[in-house]
Amino acid sequence: MPLIAQFLIGLLFGSGLVISGMSNPEKVLNFLDLAAIPSGGWDPSLALVMAGGAVVTFLGYKLILKRERPLFDTQFHLSQVKNIDAPIIVGPAIFGAGWGLAGFCPGPAFTAIGTGSTSAILFVIAMLAGMVAARLLALRQQRIAAPGAAK
Amino acid sequence: MTEFTPLASLIGGAMLGIASVLLMASHGRIAGVSGIAVRMFPPYLDKDTPGRVAFVLGLVAAPLLYAILAGAWAPVNVTSNAFVLITAGLLAGFGAVWGSGCTSGHGICGLSLLSLRSAVAVVTFMVTAIVIVYVGRHLVGG
Repeated sequence: MPLIAQFLIGLLFGSGLVISGMSNPEKVLNFLDLAAIPSGGWDPSLALVMAGGAVVTFLGYKLILKRERPLFDTQFHLSQVKNIDAPIIVGPAIFGAGWGLAGFCPGPAFTAIGTGSTSAILFVIAMLAGMVAARLLALRQQRIAAPGAAK
Repeated sequence: MTEFTPLASLIGGAMLGIASVLLMASHGRIAGVSGIAVRMFPPYLDKDTPGRVAFVLGLVAAPLLYAILAGAWAPVNVTSNAFVLITAGLLAGFGAVWGSGCTSGHGICGLSLLSLRSAVAVVTFMVTAIVIVYVGRHLVGG
């Protein structure tokens, strides 16, 4: 049952990406291309996707986190890390470079695989390699120790 | 050229939000795709690996469901060549995990928790990505 729930939640998340057009890298890149604003080529859609997602999540979390525990686990896993350290700037800077290069970020890249896109498959293989390398390096530095420290 | 799609964006965004809330309600987890994806691989520090695989399979299955219901494939228009895709993948993957999250974990869940770390992360990756796109499209060439 928990597994089926996870699958269906992933399916809903992926469907949100498809419906919002975020599984199309062209649409993402057209948002990031601020220089296209004067010519009318800018596509602000991504801002509304993120705003819509964040508002719903903000309200939903308020309700859910009042409960003692989630349905299938004994506790909520939230990051206890609060300080602004080097990795919280260096990591996203590197991530943003990769995102801006191809227009894929992790969620949409997985979703794009489902359309049979060989570009997405290539991107995801490299992405997973990069992810595993970063995690192993961080674990060696004992940085990702607390559960939920990495989202 | 892609059209601004405000309604579809808000509906799709709300679906991302509902999915994120459901994952917190059911499993107590942040719906951060990079964190979920990287923990499909060793070392396994908890017992949630099958659930993470199930979530990712759900992501991959979504366009199939869409194709069945809509009768057409969702567009995935890629102009990058293989070298760019591999470089982009390595950078995006490494940076997402090094920075404790990506567009979903920081952008949707972290901001909803009013996390300062997530706000710093979102501003940083937005600025970097915008600069990279500017350089790629307007300085180096289209």
